[in-house]
Formats: sequence, structure tokens, C-alpha cells
Amino acid sequence: MVKRNTENVLEVSELNTWYGDRKILSDINLSVSRNEIMVIMGHSGSGKSTLLRYILGLEKIKEGIIKLLNKEVAKLSKDELYKLRKRIGVAFQSGALFNSMTVGENIELPLHENTDLDENTIKIMSRIKLELMQLSGTESLMPAELSGGMLKRAGLARAVIMDPELLFFDEPSAGLDPITSAHLDNLILQLRDTLNMSIIVVTHELESAFKIADRITILDKGEIILVGSKEVIKKSNDSRIINMLERRAISNPLDAKDYLNRLTKK
Amino acid sequence: MRLQLKKIMLSNILIRLGIAGIFLYEAIRSLLIPPYSINLLLKQILFVGARSVLVIVVAGLFVGMVIALQFYDTLVRFGSISLLGSAVGLSLTRELGPVLTALMVIGRTGSAMCAEIGIMRIDNQIDALECMGIDPHRYLISPRILAGILCVPILTAIFIVVGIFGGYFVGVILFDVSAGSFFQNMNDAVLNRDLCMGLTKSIVFGLLIVWISCERGFNLHLDKSGAYGSEGVSRITTEAVVISSITILFSDYLLSALIL
Repeated sequence: MVKRNTENVLEVSELNTWYGDRKILSDINLSVSRNEIMVIMGHSGSGKSTLLRYILGLEKIKEGIIKLLNKEVAKLSKDELYKLRKRIGVAFQSGALFNSMTVGENIELPLHENTDLDENTIKIMSRIKLELMQLSGTESLMPAELSGGMLKRAGLARAVIMDPELLFFDEPSAGLDPITSAHLDNLILQLRDTLNMSIIVVTHELESAFKIADRITILDKGEIILVGSKEVIKKSNDSRIINMLERRAISNPLDAKDYLNRLTKK
Repeated sequence: MRLQLKKIMLSNILIRLGIAGIFLYEAIRSLLIPPYSINLLLKQILFVGARSVLVIVVAGLFVGMVIALQFYDTLVRFGSISLLGSAVGLSLTRELGPVLTALMVIGRTGSAMCAEIGIMRIDNQIDALECMGIDPHRYLISPRILAGILCVPILTAIFIVVGIFGGYFVGVILFDVSAGSFFQNMNDAVLNRDLCMGLTKSIVFGLLIVWISCERGFNLHLDKSGAYGSEGVSRITTEAVVISSITILFSDYLLSALIL
């Protein structure tokens, strides 16, 4: 494990969110240090992606505080938020590349829009990142011509093109074959070690999480049930964590009469 | 119960209008604040304007021809075929040119804009822009709005000119109306005020088409009335076309009443 700086790049305190009347996240408290890889885990519907959207300022915070790179997200003006976001990178689950642009144009977009660099420098930077993602030669291809794994890596190349201080991954290994998935895991570790990035990964892939994480946060039904190192997670006595680690299905003993009543209830 | 339902419906309409108003404010604000991207604007001018010319020319030609045919049939009964040029010129400049061009642009461009932006919303591409520190209003909407305001008046002018030649073809070449009286009467009847009315309408229509189409796609995620995915895109595209068309016809009446 890499020795971490104690400065926090992300602090979430007492975050509560609702979707209509339904509570999605309850009392979320979380901090991520500089140069740390934090993995946020949980089964589908546990609130991982919602938490990510709130951290990124894509949803309006009603209760709680989120500090991203020492700035309180809710108190920033629109322009200040855009300025802050230039210091972070986000790799979306689908890649979220623009279909009307080539892969190269997609990757160069943040540099074209946010910097005054000349065209040649932008091209060189984009090639460096594509090579890092093992995507050399794909610059002139359209996103529709790439495979799922290549799309994710191209999305990642775009996320790191500005050399962000903090990088977010939404489900990096979902839907990928084991070799591509392992390659992405190595890439995440390489980004932390070579470019000194702090990285937050949202995933439900156990193997990947235990390979890359410095610390793991486990979410269940919108609540954090444990935050700790891999060892702490493995030693936990919490049945929900044990079920998850041992990939046990949650079984609900079925009462035939009760089940029939539920089905026929008006 | 009915009163409560009416109140809910009214508040929903007000909320939607408010959201659309904020959307337009953000787009215009982004339009006025530098940096300006000429490349994005040129791309949209190519899409909204240049690629619509053919369809506008074809539509204008046939509309001009059919107007001349209809007016000829009516005017000949009163022995006033010399007024054919002024009838064709006035109807195209004041009403048919701006309205039919706008309806053609809605069908060709507005629907495509709405679907494209809607797909960008469901595929997280708009979120990706935000996360890259790029204002999606500035990057996606402002160039489209400016292209709409610039291109629809030019397309309207093309429609009117081609329509007049369509009328000329039917009136002068097919029905032997004197070319001199056709153009002289048109010149006498069509005043600067009529041209200004046509121009004003086409500018307003250009803004309305892009505003409604882009807003429907951009705010797809806020619309809780139906499905979100591909079905949602299809629904909001239909909505954008219907709302734009009705708004154009309504604002056409309103502008005519104000200017006349």
C-alpha cells in the first residue's frame, strides 16, 4: 500500500438524499485522502451511483455537506463548479463518448474547450493517453466501431487527459472479460502510482475491488455499513458483508399463505 | 377533487414553463459571455441552414406554383389576372413563406435536434460534458439557437424567392399572364413593412423551434410523465414537433395581430 497524504480530497458529512418521498442515502459520512484509492461497493440499488452523482455536483444537495478538493460543492456558483470540475476526471460506465466525433476528437475535447494549447500539443497529449490505454491507432475511428472494453478505456483516456487530481470511475469492470478487467485494474493502480491521482471507484466487482483498493466503503440500502482496509472488510462479522464476500444469495423464507395474500391483495 | 386536479395541472404547466424559461436564460447567457466558438456555430449553420436548402427550394417551388394556380382560378372570374403577381408576392412574404419554412425546419431539424440531445441525456453524455467543466448550454444549445436565428430568415427568403418563381412559371409561362404586369404589381403591392413582417416572424420562429426542440431533449430526465430510455426519446421528439408546430401557428397569429 502506498503511504498516503493526510490531506482529504473528498469529505462527505451527514449526507441525506431523497427521490420524491423515498430516502436514497442516509447519514453518509466519508473521506478520501490524497493519493488514496477508495472503492465504494454495494449491490445493485444500494445507492453507489447516486452517491457519485451527488459528489460530482450533478444533483442538488438538500441535506449534508460535500467538500471536493476543499471546496463545498453546494456553495459554489455554476462557473466555480465548472472550474473545480476541470481538476477532476470522470470515467462513466458506458464511456459516454460523443457518437458524432471520432475517438481522437472525443479525447481532445476537454483540452480544446478548457485550455489554450495549440493543436499539435493537443494531438501529442491525446496520443500519449491513448497509448497509456493501449488504444494507439484508434484516433480516427468512430465510437460505434469500438468494443465495450475499448469504449471504457477511451472514456478513461478522456477522463485523464487534463491530468486530474481526483479521478472517479463508475463501474469500470462491469460487462468486461477477465483479461480486459484485469488490465483496467492495473491501469488504475498505475495512474495512482505514476500520476499521483486520488481515485474513487464505484463497483460491485469483488475481485477488482480487493485488488486495487486502499480502503473500501460498503453501502447497503443507502447506508454506509463499513469503511476500512481490505483486512478490516475481510474480518467483519456483519452478515451483510459476509453474504457479499461469499456471494451468498439473500434468502427470504417464503410463507405460502402470506405470499398468496400479497398476490391477491387489492 | 376536480378543483384540486386543475390546480395540480396548472402548477405542472407553470413548472414546465419555468424550467423552459430558465433553460432559455442559460442558453442566451452563455451566448453573450465569451469564449465564443465559431466552429460549433458553423457546424450548426451547416446542419440547420445549408443542409435544409434543398427541401426548402422544393417546397417553395411547389407552394408558389399551387398559390399561383389557385389565385389565377379565382382572379380570372373577376377579370383581375393582372393582380396575380401581387397576390403571390404578398401571401408568400407575409404568411406562407415564414410559416411553411418554419414547419419544414421543425420536421427536418427540430426533431433531429431533440432526438440527438435526448440521446445524449440518456447516455450520460451531457453529464460527461458537465464533469469535464464544459457548460452544456454553451457547448450544445447556444450555437444551435444562434444558428436557428440566423438560418431560418435566410431559408425563408430562399423559400419566398423560389415560390415567386414557381408562381411566375405557372402564371406567366403556363397561363400567359404578362411578365411585366406580374412583377410590376408585385413590386407595387409588397411594401417594406411586409418584408419586415416576414423577417420578424422568421427570426422569432427560428428561436422558438430551437428553444422548444432542444429544451425537450435536454430536460428529458426531468419529465416524469413516461419512460426514460428510447421510448422517452421517441415521446419527447413527437412532443417537440407538436408543441413547436402549434407554437409557430399561434405566434404567427399573435405577430400578425401586433404588426398589422
